[in-house]
Amino acid sequence: MTKPKISIQQVGKVFGEGHHRVEALKDVSLDIADNEFVTFVGASGCGKSTLLRIIGGLEYHTAGEVLVDDRPIMGPGADRAMVFQHYSLYPWLKVMENIKFSRRLKHGRENLSEADVEAASGRADALLALMGLTAAAEAWPNQLSGGMQQRVAIARALMGRPEILLMDEPFGALDAQTREVMHDLILHVHRLEKPTLAFVTHDVEEAIYLADRVVLMAPRPGRIDTIYKVPLPAEREQDMKHTPEFLSLKKEILARIRETSGMKTDQGMLDQLNMQETA
Amino acid sequence: MPSSTRPRRPGMWAIRGPLSRRQYWLFAALGLLAPLGLWWLASSGSTVDKVFLPGPVDVFNRLVTWYTEDDLMSDMGISIYRVTTGFLFSAVIALPLALMIGTFRPVQAVLEPLTDFIRYMPAVAFIPLVMLWVGIEESSKISIIFIGTFFQMVLMMAEDVRRVPLAQIEAAQTMGAQKGETINLVIFQAAKPALLDTLRVTMGWAWTYLVVAELVAANSGLGYSILKAQRFLQTDKIFVGIILIGLIGLVMDQLFRLAHRKAFPWLYLKS
Ligand SMILES: Nc1ncnc2c1ncn2[C@@H]1O[C@H](COP(=O)(O)OP(=O)(O)OP(=O)(O)O)[C@@H](O)[C@H]1O
Ligand SMILES: [Mg+2]
Repeated sequence: MTKPKISIQQVGKVFGEGHHRVEALKDVSLDIADNEFVTFVGASGCGKSTLLRIIGGLEYHTAGEVLVDDRPIMGPGADRAMVFQHYSLYPWLKVMENIKFSRRLKHGRENLSEADVEAASGRADALLALMGLTAAAEAWPNQLSGGMQQRVAIARALMGRPEILLMDEPFGALDAQTREVMHDLILHVHRLEKPTLAFVTHDVEEAIYLADRVVLMAPRPGRIDTIYKVPLPAEREQDMKHTPEFLSLKKEILARIRETSGMKTDQGMLDQLNMQETA
Repeated sequence: MPSSTRPRRPGMWAIRGPLSRRQYWLFAALGLLAPLGLWWLASSGSTVDKVFLPGPVDVFNRLVTWYTEDDLMSDMGISIYRVTTGFLFSAVIALPLALMIGTFRPVQAVLEPLTDFIRYMPAVAFIPLVMLWVGIEESSKISIIFIGTFFQMVLMMAEDVRRVPLAQIEAAQTMGAQKGETINLVIFQAAKPALLDTLRVTMGWAWTYLVVAELVAANSGLGYSILKAQRFLQTDKIFVGIILIGLIGLVMDQLFRLAHRKAFPWLYLKS
């Protein structure tokens, strides 16, 4: 067996103390292989974002270990770029400058030859083209649609050649059509750039369509419930969303999310609401 | 199709209805001229004593004599100098402090409650202390303006810094930004537009402290002239002083707005 790119071992995370104590993650273990595409789904509050942020080094864990290439992570780093749902672009920089942001940082400048600078500039152009943004290079972020803004955010994250790309509901604010386009784009990026991809989403269809494996998490305390291997060919096409394998997996995952989310009190809630109405 | 079946363009009295540029200036002129007219009417009756309420013409005449005989320009100059110097000292010290308060929790814990406390102390009451410690030189007037603006400025700027979206900061960190880089290249840049707005607002407050500052053994300046005019019952001169301070404030405000548009063009794009 090859070594995992990311190894999560019995990770726990507790927020707050006393009354405010929340066990966001408990005993989470997962190995993610190099260049694997893993998506995380689960009821709201089950710790998906927390787990992703721990891998990104933006949050520290209170138990267990997270190894990247066998080394424990120590805070955020350029090897693990993150794409957020909202507000992460720099509105004072034009699209091209946003994408080249990491070039302004020290770690990106160290031991840099002329040729490297040339190459970097070429890479920014290439990423721009890959994301279909060439015409928007000199636009300000707030002149772009939500979908275009997320493309810029992805291009910017890719600029520093991260080995791991972490995405927390990156398409959550986009409409359905734009999202489909983004799915094929991100799969293309995954094939081309070969990052290891950890991707959090609320959309089960999205989770299946993109992933090699779908990790279903359950809340209170946040933990891994089930891991589904996606029974689809590596090369995905939109039509696959209508195959029986796809649909049955989607049904299975949705049912399991419902079971784990503790929303079985729905009927009770409805009764209560009705009672208040008649009162 | 008859036009009555189409929804009509909402009128200006619709909630948040439209107003053309021409209409806007018409209303603005009305808002400025109406009080002037009322003032003129109120003061023109023979029953009103000129000492109690001078008319617009008296005030204008006083403006002219102040300019020709009493060296209005040097009064204005010294007041502008005091306000801008006090204000600049404030800004130069407040900015780095606010960046630290808004970025590092321990700094916030040390400085914010203290600043909050001092902010509620009346700047005017510091005058005796300032005279004792700083003397009655130019620096004492600048100190009063500093005291009046600085603490508010720090708190408001710290809030501006804190409002920088966390996602922008964290994105930089996952691209490998060091602490200093994150502060310089992200937090400060992101907060700049709000910071300039805070400067604009506090500039207005600096002017309100001018009169107070010129209470301190001054013998020149607009605020000083207003106080002296009161002693000699030159009500028209009080009017000139107040209106001039208002106008200078308005001009500075507009300069800040212009600078804002020039410095942060992405906030003013026509979509
Ligand atoms: N900074 C924090 N301080 C205290 N509690 C937190 C913090 N961040 C998250 N939590 C808690 O940890 C739990 C997991 O949160 P997390 O955001 O990881 O869930 P999630 O699965 O991403 O939810 P969602 O689908 O709504 O985004 C929640 O109960 C949340 O309230
Ligand atoms: Mg989340």
